[in-house]
Amino acid sequence: MAKRIDVSGLTAYYSTFKAIEDISMTVEPRSVTAFIGPSGCGKSTFLRTLNRMHEVTPGGRVEGKVMLDDENLYGSGVDPVTVRREVGMVFQRPNPFPTMSIFDNVAAGLRLNGSYKKSELNDVVEKSLRGANLWDEVKDRLNRPGSGLSGGQQQRLCIARAIAVEPKVLLMDEPCSALDPISTLAIEDLIGELKEHFTIVIVTHNMQQAARVSDRTAFFNLAAVGQPGKLIEIDDTERIFSNPSVQATEDYISGRFG
Amino acid sequence: MNTTATQTPPPPPTDRIEPKSSQKTVVRPGDRIFSGLSKGSGITLLVIMAAIAAFLTYRAALALSENKANFLTYEDWLPQNTPPMFGIATLAFGTVVSSVIAMVLAVPVAIGIALFISHYAPRKLAAPLAYLVDLLAAVPSIVYGLWGALILVPHLDGLNKWLDAYLGWTYIFDKAGTGPARSLFTVGILLAIMILPIITNVTREVFLQVPRMHEEAALALGATRWETIRMSVLPFARSGIISASMLGLGRALGETMAVATVLSPNFIISGHLLDPGGGTFAQNIASKFKEATPLGQDALIASGLVLFVITLLVNGAARYIIGRRKEYSGANA
Ligand SMILES: Nc1ncnc2c1ncn2[C@@H]1O[C@H](COP(=O)(O)OP(=O)(O)OP(=O)(O)O)[C@@H](O)[C@H]1O
Ligand SMILES: [Mg+2]
Repeated sequence: MAKRIDVSGLTAYYSTFKAIEDISMTVEPRSVTAFIGPSGCGKSTFLRTLNRMHEVTPGGRVEGKVMLDDENLYGSGVDPVTVRREVGMVFQRPNPFPTMSIFDNVAAGLRLNGSYKKSELNDVVEKSLRGANLWDEVKDRLNRPGSGLSGGQQQRLCIARAIAVEPKVLLMDEPCSALDPISTLAIEDLIGELKEHFTIVIVTHNMQQAARVSDRTAFFNLAAVGQPGKLIEIDDTERIFSNPSVQATEDYISGRFG
Repeated sequence: MNTTATQTPPPPPTDRIEPKSSQKTVVRPGDRIFSGLSKGSGITLLVIMAAIAAFLTYRAALALSENKANFLTYEDWLPQNTPPMFGIATLAFGTVVSSVIAMVLAVPVAIGIALFISHYAPRKLAAPLAYLVDLLAAVPSIVYGLWGALILVPHLDGLNKWLDAYLGWTYIFDKAGTGPARSLFTVGILLAIMILPIITNVTREVFLQVPRMHEEAALALGATRWETIRMSVLPFARSGIISASMLGLGRALGETMAVATVLSPNFIISGHLLDPGGGTFAQNIASKFKEATPLGQDALIASGLVLFVITLLVNGAARYIIGRRKEYSGANA
């Protein structure tokens, strides 16, 4: 179910502005990879190239290759819509569909993929909500609007929505930045469980979080404002946090950063 | 987008909230003047409105006390007769029917155009198109009326024949009368064209306000563009679409000159919508007020009050529809 991501020579633009340049990396299936780096270095941009969400931004353009097992996501004739069904995404700010109930939010992706029997939907919704550690809190109010939940619950609802369609890869862009420590812990635990089924990539500004949840860590940086962001190094999380091979990484992690 | 939260600096401290060291609140002279001014103008407005309402109600009551027919159900308008007899049945029928036709035709088209401008058209095309729609909204209604009478009416003959021949069995499209297409159906089409720009503009504005993150939520799930519109854009814009339609409906209900120019003076109620003739409140007032006797004028005022009540009811209904699902609306997200 989970798939390997293999990026080579990836460059992304906003109109004429080159936001990230020549990034290559491999993400193993059933692992958690954390992206760290200073603000504006292109972590979100890079993440969004992995499910072809970058091109949704007006002027967004990508060069290079992203292989999902042996399919090039940017190959000719590849439909971005099908890519996004395989590579799910959780955003920084919780964004449940405000007009839909909790149940419909989770079922939304399935309903896009085809028609399901009510009982099948019930099963998937329960399974996904359990998977996102939200079931016990919402099982009595599945027909209430999703926007009525707390921020942390909304974020877990978004995770449930993303995993309901059983993607091969789950991308998370600072999923905990709007949450309190308890919800953050809940989601970190959840990431630990989810990696048994999915390939997970997570952007975070929280070093402890990266150290806690990830197997591999990638450090991004940019030479100066206006310059494209680059991948400095990617290695096992333990190594990155104890003995990184590039000095800039160590400076950033230890807080001795420009 | 997702970077703003981390990149925007915290807002500079404002001095608006002062620590409450003592109980006494400081009232600045500027505040007092402004509050006095706004209170004063509010009261003036209420007084003027009340005076107008009282005057109109009084005149209407004068006419109604003379009326020998049932004001609500009588189909003719003969206030100059002895005894005076007049009723609003024909007017209410014509107003409602022409407005309904206009809404049925205009709302879907307006939503389509607005969606095209906001979500489908390439940017280079969207801006001029939006501007064009703005221009259409600025055309005076008498111009629409002249265009309707001189061009639309003769050109609708063919459509009328076709509808009569193929959809005549529906009764409403069965053309029983003869003569040019100066019918409620034609008026409905004309009104649809007239209210199209305002509905389009307002809905387009609403569509553009749908937060990016709601659309991205759908896109990231693997929704196509149309599915994104269905999942994120339309539900979010729902109350805005209703408001826009109500604006259009208000205009259609009250439209005067264009209807008066197009509609045949034949004062009838006919379920055959293609038959020439009919009447609407506003059109009836405009075409009869000048020649009316004093009592006739009061009768027209009474009919105007009915139109006012209908408009109020429509707005109330719209508010109810919008408010009913408030907790599901995008506003609290
Ligand atoms: N929609 C956009 N249009 C133009 N430039 C953009 C857009 N979004 C991001 N950028 C630019 O691209 C660069 C990378 O931005 P990105 O959002 O990927 O950074 P990030 O590493 O995710 O930062 P953060 O940690 O603050 O989220 C920045 O210079 C940013 O200004
Ligand atoms: Mg970011």
